[in-house]
Amino acid sequence: MSETHSALAHHFDTIEQQREAATLGMWVFLVTEIMFFGGMFTAYVAYRAAYPGAFAAGSRHLDIALGAINTAVLIASSLTMALAVYGSQVGNRKMLVWFLIATILLGLVFLGIKTVEYHDKFEHHLVPGHSFSFPGSKPMNAQLFFSLYFAMTGMHALHMIIGIGLLTVLVVQASRGRFSPEYHSPVEMTGLYWHFVDIVWIFLFPLLYLIDRHTH
Amino acid sequence: MSTRTAPIVPVETREHYLNVDYGVKSWLLTTDHKRIAILYLASITLFFFVGGFFAVLIRLELLTPQGDLFQAETYNKLFTMHGVMMIFFFLIPSVPAVLGNFLVPMMIGARDLAFPRINLLSWYVYMIGATLTFAAVVAGGVDTGWTFYTPYSSTYSNGNVILAGVGIFITGFSSILTGLNFIVTIHKMRAPGLTWFRLPLFIWAHYATSIIMILGTPVIAITLVLLVLERGFHIGIFDPALGGDPVLFQHLFWFYSHPAVYIMILPGMGVISELISCFSRKYVFGYHFVAFSSLAIAVISFLVWGHHMFVSSQSVYAGMIFSILSFLVAVPSAIKVFNWTATLYKGSISYQAPMLYAFGFIGLFTIGGLTGMFLAAIGLDVHVHDTYFIVAHFHYIMVGGAVMAYLGGIHFWWPKMTGRMYPEGWARFSALVVFIGFHLTFFPQFILGYLGMPRRYHAYPEEFQVLNVMSSAGASILGVGYLIPMIYLIWSLKYGPIASANPWGATGLEWQTPSPPPTVNFTETPIVTEEPYHYSIREIKVV
Repeated sequence: MSETHSALAHHFDTIEQQREAATLGMWVFLVTEIMFFGGMFTAYVAYRAAYPGAFAAGSRHLDIALGAINTAVLIASSLTMALAVYGSQVGNRKMLVWFLIATILLGLVFLGIKTVEYHDKFEHHLVPGHSFSFPGSKPMNAQLFFSLYFAMTGMHALHMIIGIGLLTVLVVQASRGRFSPEYHSPVEMTGLYWHFVDIVWIFLFPLLYLIDRHTH
Repeated sequence: MSTRTAPIVPVETREHYLNVDYGVKSWLLTTDHKRIAILYLASITLFFFVGGFFAVLIRLELLTPQGDLFQAETYNKLFTMHGVMMIFFFLIPSVPAVLGNFLVPMMIGARDLAFPRINLLSWYVYMIGATLTFAAVVAGGVDTGWTFYTPYSSTYSNGNVILAGVGIFITGFSSILTGLNFIVTIHKMRAPGLTWFRLPLFIWAHYATSIIMILGTPVIAITLVLLVLERGFHIGIFDPALGGDPVLFQHLFWFYSHPAVYIMILPGMGVISELISCFSRKYVFGYHFVAFSSLAIAVISFLVWGHHMFVSSQSVYAGMIFSILSFLVAVPSAIKVFNWTATLYKGSISYQAPMLYAFGFIGLFTIGGLTGMFLAAIGLDVHVHDTYFIVAHFHYIMVGGAVMAYLGGIHFWWPKMTGRMYPEGWARFSALVVFIGFHLTFFPQFILGYLGMPRRYHAYPEEFQVLNVMSSAGASILGVGYLIPMIYLIWSLKYGPIASANPWGATGLEWQTPSPPPTVNFTETPIVTEEPYHYSIREIKVV
């Protein structure tokens, strides 16, 4: 066919086949991500079941307001991401670029607030390790909570940073007119990734911040 | 391309994937799945001999009851590095990354894997991980055992746990990427007419393996991250002194590492299906059962990890459930063995070297599998736990099974990969040497273990010496059996007879393209109209 697309790789027959392969590949990758975070969620479930009191006490030291704001920020960023994907589907380059930038900015806001929270934990000796100190009878078990808090939110933040990197590349490519309604797989794939990272936070927020809040 | 000129062109000057470019860059930056398979072949061969070197030292130490050749600490490092090198850097990538990489696209009539650049990335990731782990070896070694049990690994060990852990973590991503690539390729890139039940069983086996790779490997990755965090930053996850639970580490570790056993054996089973069918000139008996047994193994493999923990303070009820589920794995494994045997029945069997390896596989895997039943039985497992019985058992599966299948597959597809035949006489001879050496090495270990010799000690009571000397003698024969193919396969690259496109008269799309294949695999996309393994049909046509 004369209308072979320039983005079609040599080993695919059609651009649809290429897009389907990319989509399936991304979903498979997200499955591996679920298993990756799953290991930490397993540890969390095991230890929270073993030390419910210490986990509740540790949870009370997290700033629920900042956590809630961050949740809202991330959900908003998922909206802007979805709109960016829509922009690429309808071939609206301006819409695509600006919503990608908006997504990046919201991601940066999230990371900024996270930094404030980490700093606060550091100040209050809640970072696990030799300087950890926790008021209460079982500091060791509370340290377990904070170990998981930092491992899980840290791994989540790392995924955010990677996502922002991907989005930055997309902004450059999009502003050069690389994407069209026929070919915009990279935007869609990054969108899937971004939503996934969002969903991880949707689970992290209640599990880490909201334990034991219902009685107060 | 005009077909008129094709026959005139001499075979040597035909352009194929090997002679298209000779530069170093053309290899290191290639995205051709066939070249990446060759890169993997060279790398894993290197690490096989590194791992083998440690095995030699282990067997030398065990010649005498006294711990005379090495200190206990050194011995700990030797068996750790043997296990780490062989499992993570040889066995797991062996069949999938070499034969799978080369053959999955060719068998389904595709021009490449779905993501060629990710495929190359997976090799680099593998090499980076391997280099870091190798650096940990050179810088003093690791002494935790390949299982890295906490809190020893996270708090007390003096070895380079962090470096080795990071290396294995990184290497894990190469197998994730390979699995991802295979799944997407098999789903989306099959040639026209190649329905799921026309796929070679090699493909089914790799599909099942890929599922384990993508579901299991991330879990060992995060487990190693937590282990490294605990060791490096003293945060408590697994160390009881820091509030953690070491049994959780064992759960997470075996959640991957038991399925990983099937990552190592399933692709080998795929190879065996191809070999048995080709060299008995018959359709694989019970094709659907063999295909689905691969998937069944993949699924059940995730439900049996607790049988590694019968003596690790796991609850009795959990132990009983895990015991029953472990027995269940025997069903799909037995389905395969019985169906291969039934395929042989009334077949027109020839005894080429790949077939000898396949026979070896069936026998050794059966012994390995049946002794696995011993270990799934809780009462018996308590007796033989952590003895040489378990060492013998998993070497029957991993060396007797996976390595035999790998060598059989390498011989079978060598003409396709290199365009040269290997020397058949030497190949048959070395297959025999491997078989004899293997039994002599590992069968005495069953007896040793049953008599109570624990694994991972450099010294043992006098009465075990005869069996240990037999084992060490067998290991030297086995070593020779591995060196001979190494030599004649390299020799054959230059001096071996030129291979035709289909030297075995095998079915399968990979044999319908020249040897070695052109870079694009198929000049025209093949259209599949037949069932796989239609050997009998073809024979009738010849007669």
